[in-house]
Amino acid sequence: MINGNKETIAQLANEGKRLDGRSLTEFRQPIEIETDISWTAEGSAKVRIGETVIMAGVKLSIEKPYNDTPNEGGIMINAELTPLSSEEYESGPPGMKSIELARVTDRGIREAKAIDMKKLCITPGEKAWFVIVDIITINDAGNLFDAAGLAVLTALKAARFPVVDPETGAIDYKQKTKVSLPLSKEPLPITVYKINGKLVVDPTNEEENASEARLTVASDSKGTISAMQKGGEDSLTIDEISEMVDLATEKSAFLREQINKVLKK
Amino acid sequence: MAYTERLDKRKFDELRPMEAKIGVVKNAKGSASFKSGKTWAIAAVYGPREIYPKFLANPTKGILRCHYTMMPFSGSGERIRPGKSRRAQEISMVMEKALLPVVDLTDFPNSVVDVFVELPQTDAGTRCAAISAASMALAHAGIPMKDLVSSIAVGQVDGTVLADLSYGEESYPDVEVSDIPVAMLHNSKQISLLQMDGEISKKDLLKALEMAKGATEKVYELQVKALKEHYSKE
Repeated sequence: MINGNKETIAQLANEGKRLDGRSLTEFRQPIEIETDISWTAEGSAKVRIGETVIMAGVKLSIEKPYNDTPNEGGIMINAELTPLSSEEYESGPPGMKSIELARVTDRGIREAKAIDMKKLCITPGEKAWFVIVDIITINDAGNLFDAAGLAVLTALKAARFPVVDPETGAIDYKQKTKVSLPLSKEPLPITVYKINGKLVVDPTNEEENASEARLTVASDSKGTISAMQKGGEDSLTIDEISEMVDLATEKSAFLREQINKVLKK
Repeated sequence: MAYTERLDKRKFDELRPMEAKIGVVKNAKGSASFKSGKTWAIAAVYGPREIYPKFLANPTKGILRCHYTMMPFSGSGERIRPGKSRRAQEISMVMEKALLPVVDLTDFPNSVVDVFVELPQTDAGTRCAAISAASMALAHAGIPMKDLVSSIAVGQVDGTVLADLSYGEESYPDVEVSDIPVAMLHNSKQISLLQMDGEISKKDLLKALEMAKGATEKVYELQVKALKEHYSKE
């Protein structure tokens, strides 16, 4: 990325301005959300924020519950920063950036208890539904955390259980029921970046590189916080954190509205 | 009982509905999306750029490298674990061979042109969709090319020669089935991808390859249309 822009971005932020003309707390346009983009997934979504494009797909399987939670199913979220989506990414095992993306997205959903794990249990100690969500980047133009959170929540909301043969217990992945996941909350992560001491949302790649610190805050429609992750090299004051949380919950509500607009159609 | 009516009522030489689009990955030098029925391939081209590890470099011309990946949720059964399977590696290799005859990389010694293909959903014919998408993405990236490569599968079900087999046809139970993915260079009508699974007589093989000419021609027309539409927009 172009480092020469760092100073310009910092200077502009100080004046409350950005390279692309947005205000500091404004998301890029368009924000596009599409569901059911993959017939092979039990639930799927494609999300676009500006030039950032991400897909998420949900697969369901029946497994033996973990020994310490015999009455519960489970969830796992994985992220692939594909070399298709940016020249910065290489093929091979996941790097730190994709592990962090997956884990922060995972915590936002898991810790909110958004999915009732007990309802995923079929036979205690023997069989339960497990939910695996894969995040796939198509074009990384910045703010992957928020785009991934948006894609994952949309895919989970759109997911439908596959048909299970009552005799053999085998899953027929080619047929879906009308039953959706036991999803009781809608947590969405929003990442607030600090650039030259100013708080900024939905950064481009260049703005990410020019930032000193970031804080991801996952919150639901009641404003309850379910996960946080501080990143970047600089530290944050408690006052800054307070302001970042307010901004994140506000923007989380804004993105949740976008999902529900699409899913009501 | 011969196979006289296709599962999805198509004519024997009729392709599934196709859709092609250019410029779907902004970060890439060139990119394209190709849909054939419920199979969807997205291709992005990066480079020519420096090759790592360096010992792979060729001082006389650039190298074409393809990377075929099915998204973990793109299979019709269970989730596919991420990471390169033997199948994906073989397909990546035959993709390179399918595209190389039209790509001229003599101006780019010691460099690599990377083609990444991701499939969000699949229903047979994935390598063909991947090659057709990759060919458009290479053209969009401005890589010197002599021709476009258009790819489709032909084959037979119970003695009936068909174009563009669906998964239901590929896995048709209890009868002889063969699936022949083909890539054709448009101008010379030469074949740069040829594989086959199943059994077929020589007579039917030649009939199927003849059918591939007309079928790849339809793919070619769509590829050209998508490229033209893209450049008329700019």
